[in-house]
Amino acid sequence: MLKIKDLYASVEGMEILKGINLEVKPGEVHAIMGPNGSGKSTLANVLAGKEDYEITHGEVLFEGEDLLDRAPEDRAKDGIFLSFQYPVEIPGVPMVNFLKTSVNEHRKHKGLKELTAGEFLKLMREKMDLVDMHTKLTNRSVNEGFSGGEKKKNEIFQMALLEPRLAILDETDSGLDIDALKTVAHGVNALKSPETAAIVVTHYQRLLDYIVPDFVHILYQGKIVKTAGKELALELEEKGYDWIKSENGN
Amino acid sequence: MSVLVDKADLSLKYTAHYNEVKDELFKNSSDILNAQRNKAFQNFVLQGIPTRKNENYKYTNLNPAFLPDFKFIHTKEEKKANLGEVFRCDVPQLNTNLAMVFNGWFYKNETEKGNLPDGVILDSLESISKEKPELLEKYASLAKVEEDPMVALNTAFAKDGFFLYVPKNVIVESPIQIINLLQDEKATFATQRNFILVEDGAKVQVLLCDHTLNLNQYLSNSVTEIFAGNNADVEFYMLQNQHNKATSIHSVFIDQQRDSRVTSHTASLHGGLIRNNLKFMLNGENAEANMFGMAFMDKNQHVDNFTQVIHASPHCESNQVYKNVLDEKSSGAFSGRIHVVRDAQKTNAFQRNNNLLLTDEANMQTKPQLIIDADDVKCSHGATVGQIDEEALFYLRARGIDEDKARLMMMNAFAHEVVKEIKLEPLRDRIDELVDKRLKGEVARCHDCAYQCDC
Repeated sequence: MLKIKDLYASVEGMEILKGINLEVKPGEVHAIMGPNGSGKSTLANVLAGKEDYEITHGEVLFEGEDLLDRAPEDRAKDGIFLSFQYPVEIPGVPMVNFLKTSVNEHRKHKGLKELTAGEFLKLMREKMDLVDMHTKLTNRSVNEGFSGGEKKKNEIFQMALLEPRLAILDETDSGLDIDALKTVAHGVNALKSPETAAIVVTHYQRLLDYIVPDFVHILYQGKIVKTAGKELALELEEKGYDWIKSENGN
Repeated sequence: MSVLVDKADLSLKYTAHYNEVKDELFKNSSDILNAQRNKAFQNFVLQGIPTRKNENYKYTNLNPAFLPDFKFIHTKEEKKANLGEVFRCDVPQLNTNLAMVFNGWFYKNETEKGNLPDGVILDSLESISKEKPELLEKYASLAKVEEDPMVALNTAFAKDGFFLYVPKNVIVESPIQIINLLQDEKATFATQRNFILVEDGAKVQVLLCDHTLNLNQYLSNSVTEIFAGNNADVEFYMLQNQHNKATSIHSVFIDQQRDSRVTSHTASLHGGLIRNNLKFMLNGENAEANMFGMAFMDKNQHVDNFTQVIHASPHCESNQVYKNVLDEKSSGAFSGRIHVVRDAQKTNAFQRNNNLLLTDEANMQTKPQLIIDADDVKCSHGATVGQIDEEALFYLRARGIDEDKARLMMMNAFAHEVVKEIKLEPLRDRIDELVDKRLKGEVARCHDCAYQCDC
């Protein structure tokens, strides 16, 4: 599904990603862990198409096609979903308009009929239950006045509406209490299928108790320095990141 | 005529014109209007055509707008527009009482009988000032000829416009809509003088729609005086939708008595040069004044909103929100002065001006000004000039919304904060639609307006 080959990316002349290789197949969940500043969020943003980054080397194939020269909206419509680490507040853009436009752009892309307001509201109510989303939130502007936890729930709610093929969760667990974490994880698990895949970027092993990964990768100084099964996350939790740092010459 | 014409020469040209048409101006006009003319014209000459040297016109030089050899219409002409057609151009579901001002002259809606409550008068200023002069005792008391040359020039030339009177405790349920049209084969200078008198406890909503019906050069210089009595409630909406060769100068003055509420709403959708002067005087306790404005400019268009609020009584509140979206080489200015006089304690005065610049060439000047002579007041002001938030844009795009659509959503969102303050729901929907069209670069005409010109 996704193939990242020797990817280098920099921002304002500073190299952040220094040769990433990663393959994600349908049905898999990959966790990417690593200390602060190792390039986890950069990788997530580069995949979603954020324009602040310059790709200096390498390629990314999604479903066999080059991803990197595509606009963010086209990537989204092809099935890539980024759950933002810091969802943006957009005052004045009502949630319902935003979600309806988003869903219908996806539907148009797939050659499906656009949903009417009534049909959309029905779909929305259905998905709201999944993440325990309250109407008081959907009646507001996008993310406006949402708490940290509500913002993250809102990301998963959007994911549920858009049903992506590849979900990239960028620190969706940070700042969540245990109940919110469970709700978010429940949402993510409910959307799992043999055809979809997820990349879970996280600091902590905690989330991985609820979203069980097939692979855990450790990203350090712009490179994946270790890959193993879910037991690697436990090892990290126990030992911290220092042993990774010392193994890699720091 | 050369662009290098000296300001003095231009003033001389207007002096010559005034002397030439003096008889015509005084003829058929009322004593009330005539009494002000000579003094007003002297004041215009003294102050001159406003240029940047005039502190109040620091960001807008009107001199070039005065250069063309204008036709003046000092005597009412035969109706030229098909009024029946014009009167169809209303806001749907907005059951309005319609009237029309054509090149500055008032025309009654003869085709349809309005449903104005008893005692309410919507008529021409010219005829009311002759027939019921007692209703115009306060004429020119707010719009002071010494304070602004455009007001002086308007008062010198003023012969007609609309007059609205709402007697004590009368609630006008349906909004009053004035269609304000400019149309002539020649470059035309239009003068319009309006007067709104709302007595104690009365309530009215007025919508003034400015349109030009062809692409000729126009300069319209309008003055509106509004008097709101004790506990009166007035909403005054101005929809400005003209074209690139039109200059529109509108000075609105409001006197508020105790417990009154007045809201002004200025939506500038289109126009070459727009200057709006707005002066609120809060002359009674517990009065509330709200001023909202939004402008969408492109090409070389220019919009300048100049507001003043005089808190002359204690316990009053004023709120201002002005927003501009400036594209291409357009420019904008906002000057907002809040003056809290001595003893106007417990004043609450707020002001905000936010601007969105879509290009590097667009520019905005913003000048908030607080003059506070009382000591127990709450006043705030703020201004921002910025571009579209790139982070938010990426967020929308990452959800499959293409860049143009995402930008449009954000511009609409920016404007919507002002649009949502429009209390008349059908009008709010209509403005929303017009704003959306305007931002998409389409011509924002009322779709069922008979005049679908592509100005």
